[in-house]
Amino acid sequence: MIISMQKPLEEILESLAGETNVYIVGCGECATVTQTGGEEQVAEMKARLEEAGKKVVATDVAHAACHELDMKRIFRQNKDAATAADAFLVLSCGAGAQSVREGTSKHVVPGTNSLFVGNVKRQMVFEEKCSLCGECLLDEYGTICPVTRCAKGILNGPCGGTNNGKCEVDSEKDCAWVLIYNQLKSEEKLDKFMTIHGPKRWNAVQRPGRIDGRAADEEKGAA
Amino acid sequence: MSKYREACASGKFVVSGEIGPPKGTDVEAMVHHIDLLKDLVDGLNVTDNQSAVMRLGSMAVSHEIVTRGGDAIYQVTCRDRNRLAIQNDLLSAHFLGIRNVLALTGDHVSVGDHKDAKEVYDFESVQLIQAIKRMNEGFDWAGNELQGATDFFIGAVVTPESDPIEPQKLKFEKKVAAGAQFFQTQAVYDMDNFQRFMEYARGVTEGKDVKIMAGLVVLTSVGMAKYMNKFVPGVFVPDDLLEEMASVPKEEALHKGMEICARHIRFCRDNKVCDGVHIMAIGKEEIVPDILRMAEII
Ligand code: SF4
Ligand code: SF4
Repeated sequence: MIISMQKPLEEILESLAGETNVYIVGCGECATVTQTGGEEQVAEMKARLEEAGKKVVATDVAHAACHELDMKRIFRQNKDAATAADAFLVLSCGAGAQSVREGTSKHVVPGTNSLFVGNVKRQMVFEEKCSLCGECLLDEYGTICPVTRCAKGILNGPCGGTNNGKCEVDSEKDCAWVLIYNQLKSEEKLDKFMTIHGPKRWNAVQRPGRIDGRAADEEKGAA
Repeated sequence: MSKYREACASGKFVVSGEIGPPKGTDVEAMVHHIDLLKDLVDGLNVTDNQSAVMRLGSMAVSHEIVTRGGDAIYQVTCRDRNRLAIQNDLLSAHFLGIRNVLALTGDHVSVGDHKDAKEVYDFESVQLIQAIKRMNEGFDWAGNELQGATDFFIGAVVTPESDPIEPQKLKFEKKVAAGAQFFQTQAVYDMDNFQRFMEYARGVTEGKDVKIMAGLVVLTSVGMAKYMNKFVPGVFVPDDLLEEMASVPKEEALHKGMEICARHIRFCRDNKVCDGVHIMAIGKEEIVPDILRMAEII
């Protein structure tokens, strides 16, 4: 899930300076769970913008704001509002905002900061465990990702800063390498710890990533 | 062969000091420290943006030490450069006559003075050791043949007081396997603990030519000792040393710290606990000659 946080209202208003008619877009997936762009937050934002003298011409909580075809469909259905709008305020992640970008040529304002791909520990508690590196190494590490959960992304064991099992960078966080050690030990697989891993292939995926799965599907269909 | 490497090979008790490059162009104090120490020790470490604080570079200062007739242990961290830059730096350092490298992962930028910098860590210490070894064998990391191999003496660090210690030990073993030829430890103060660590380490390096130097940071006050216990991961100052530091008036604390350091040097040497020491006086390098005298090194 993409973890996002709303930007401060002042920053949003600054971006919307000189524009009156605003179309607010939320997201029914991640931004709903993180309470940054669900139905409730979109309604709240509408009230705050109106208080600040804006006119909210429409609000829509897309099923998933990152789905570009959906987004275009929504704007087609809401053509009048989309035409009346001076700007679109997007309360989803940066991907959602750019999906709105594909659906309009008008000013699109991101209303959140996108933080990380996070696991939901419990309601409103999120932790980053995967950073989408393009080549998953988890099986080497007891399924605890050193690329993401070690502050230095070290692939070969703890740095000298591990402190009572906590990370030197943030004493609130566990040292990933102590977790990995304990896990591999409990699985009796410490030999994996002893493997010397080379540096990551950072270009396992060329950024920006793009996959066109249609060709593969067609091949499958033909077979 | 570099002087430091020669000292390690000779079987003598090896002593190194440390130079911290300044933040700025005023190098007077640093050059003074270099001249003061270069002939008294076997080598001088040069820190690389230590604690993630931007400073004058370790390669330039290492070169200066070599030019002045001393020997430099060039510290290289993986925080600020990717694999292209690090290998490029290593070739440049070699060109400048630098022959000893200490491979470090490096403190995180969040502890330094450019907290919004992008940390790199493309390599980390174990991989850096491997990379230097490959360059010594005539190849770069990508497997391309070098037009002339490097001849580096490869060093690494280990934290004997790490908590927990087990994963740290395994990492030490990986560094040995990757090709580290000498180690300088994180600061150690509890000689019983250190002796136990060394028994273990000797077991790991048995049959291999690997030298291990005790890292000694001079205590300057009881407050500093307590601070290290509290805030520096992997450093442990035992109670009896805290008491010893507290037993003297403030103005004599530095001298007490020097005495303790000299005592630890003698202990390591006389009991053949390790192969040498690495003395860190952190900005007070002018006291190092006195410590060496107190320890009967010079
Ligand atoms: S190795 Fe880590 S960052 Fe890479 S895909 Fe696996 S979990 Fe994600
Ligand atoms: S303390 Fe552990 S998690 Fe933190 S940087 Fe060091 S090895 Fe990584």
